[in-house]
Amino acid sequence: MTGAAKPGARPPAQGAEGSRGVPGGRPPGQAQPPRAVTSAERLRRLLALVPYVVSRKAVGLAETAAAFGMTERELIDDLNLAWCVELKAPEPYCPIDLSYEGGEVSVSQAESIARPLRLAADEASALLVALRMLAEAGAAGSAVARLIAKIEAAAGASAAASAQVTVQIDSPNVRGMAAKITDALAAGRRLHLRYYVPGRDEATERDVDPMRLLVVEGRTYLEGWCRRAEGVRLFRLDRVLGLTVLDVPASVPETAEPVDVDAGLFRPSEADERVEVELAAAARWVAEYYPCESVAELGEGRLRVVLRTPDTRWVRRLALRLGEDARVLAPAALAEAVRADAAAALALYD
Amino acid sequence: MSKRRTERLLSIVVLLLSTRRYLTAEEIRAAVHGYPEQYDAFKRMFERDKEELRELGIPLETGMNHPFDEEPGYRIRRQDYELPEIRLEPDEAAVLGIASRVWQSAELAGAAAGALLKLKAAGLPDDEDDAARRPGIEPRLTTQEPAFGPLWEAVRDRRPVTFSYRAQGRTDAARRELEPWGVVNRRGRWYVAGHDRTRNAARVFRLSRIEGPVKMAGPAGSVTVPPGADVRELVKDWDVAPARDHTAVLKVRKDAGIGLRRWAREIAPDAESPGWDRVTVSFADAGWYADYIASFGPQVIVVEPPDLREAVINRLKGALT
Repeated sequence: MTGAAKPGARPPAQGAEGSRGVPGGRPPGQAQPPRAVTSAERLRRLLALVPYVVSRKAVGLAETAAAFGMTERELIDDLNLAWCVELKAPEPYCPIDLSYEGGEVSVSQAESIARPLRLAADEASALLVALRMLAEAGAAGSAVARLIAKIEAAAGASAAASAQVTVQIDSPNVRGMAAKITDALAAGRRLHLRYYVPGRDEATERDVDPMRLLVVEGRTYLEGWCRRAEGVRLFRLDRVLGLTVLDVPASVPETAEPVDVDAGLFRPSEADERVEVELAAAARWVAEYYPCESVAELGEGRLRVVLRTPDTRWVRRLALRLGEDARVLAPAALAEAVRADAAAALALYD
Repeated sequence: MSKRRTERLLSIVVLLLSTRRYLTAEEIRAAVHGYPEQYDAFKRMFERDKEELRELGIPLETGMNHPFDEEPGYRIRRQDYELPEIRLEPDEAAVLGIASRVWQSAELAGAAAGALLKLKAAGLPDDEDDAARRPGIEPRLTTQEPAFGPLWEAVRDRRPVTFSYRAQGRTDAARRELEPWGVVNRRGRWYVAGHDRTRNAARVFRLSRIEGPVKMAGPAGSVTVPPGADVRELVKDWDVAPARDHTAVLKVRKDAGIGLRRWAREIAPDAESPGWDRVTVSFADAGWYADYIASFGPQVIVVEPPDLREAVINRLKGALT
């Protein structure tokens, strides 16, 4: 396991399962394939588009298209469609009147669809589950509780299903720490951390200028500029042994690059060492717990896994704890170090 | 797809929102463009349209204007349709922006974006991304398990499901039939809890151990979540750590074994061996704890109890080969 993780270069301390898909991972510059919009999706969009314009009186075409994630051409098609709606009876009339001129849209008549449709169960749940997760993380202050109440009230019966999905993260003392860090972020103050690095069995002392909190895979991390390492580092809050807010203003260098959360917190690097381990059935959990470059079934529940890591010390400790249920195949020096550790430890029992 | 269909559906929504009376299918056909003359074709098309509107969450109400009416009519009550008035403070709007980006799975990321659009359509300003107001937190929820989508739908619609499950330590998967009560993410992993029909008891399943597709095994609304069923507690009990009711005395090298010292009951310098501390700890399971102690290698020695000592020695011998 690792300590202060360098973004994009270390295995997670706790389990991504298998390989991780990169959301939105389309190479830049590649054209978006034409999206087939069903009539239902289009209706849903129109029922939001009309009130969106109504509530703003007049709004730019470009701005509106961006808010709805469509092109200006698609937006104009939608506006035309709404404008063309005609009811034949009792008297023929057009309920929706709008115009787009000089790059601006306005709706002069929207009749009964001037307000948006209620939130659907999926929509209310997606927001409420996310908000309750934020509340559970202990960050973002009182605004979360207020917003949850408002969304619940607005969603009405649609909010019910959200109770069936819950997200639990970390422990209460981590929540307290997250709240403390949120305050330090707001006040722009430097932090002093005593931080435990299990992979090296070390407690380290460092000053960190906080950048933000991340909650990924059920764990809360502090992202900050570590003054000791002179780089951006991630710190798992459940490994912080002590936290002091210093009476010193934080100063994050302009060059500090935040971690791209959506691409995954930890990505193995080419420069990392390749570690090959054979696991008995009793140690199969390792393949679930740590991200493996490859996993091969060897029969009778045995596995051969390949891991990539910049620091093999945690594998050495892992191999000791697995005993006869694991065998390091490569690199040879690591396998030798495991045997030497075991022999040295056994000598102490003689 | 069909522009005409969208136009027709939109017309129906506008029409039924503006009426207080229930309008019959025939009255709707008379008012809306695009329905065929032929009656059966019209009926089929109208049925599909109704279904589609209901799927979008449009509260289409069926009823009679008079007890003597022969045919039911339709209307949409405005108070059931409209999103109620909602006003957000700037800090709340900032939090909403964060919440709408939490989901990384297609199903719920799309739903969150849809909700945000409706709130913007209700007058929420577009600048919820105002970086200056944003509290410095980025939470992410991923659902890599293919079972998540169907299980969320089953839980939402209260439908039973069947799937094939490989329990921990088993080499082959077994068919399970479950009345799902809820989905829980605990420490980054997804679980589903409910009534296992196969075992006739409450059970918890880890989504990553579900193999193959999750299939619906009954109609919507056919699952009843028993009152007092706490899915969160079920999952917590399922992987809860047992009580630490055993005591061990360890010798730990000074400046080492930080992880052990963190939760130690007592730490004192070892009178007999300089450079070592005597550390008293509590543990639950000798097997698991022996593995953990073995991971410290020559930094830690078990003094007592003897079974823990033996177990550590065995682990270390295993690592020798």
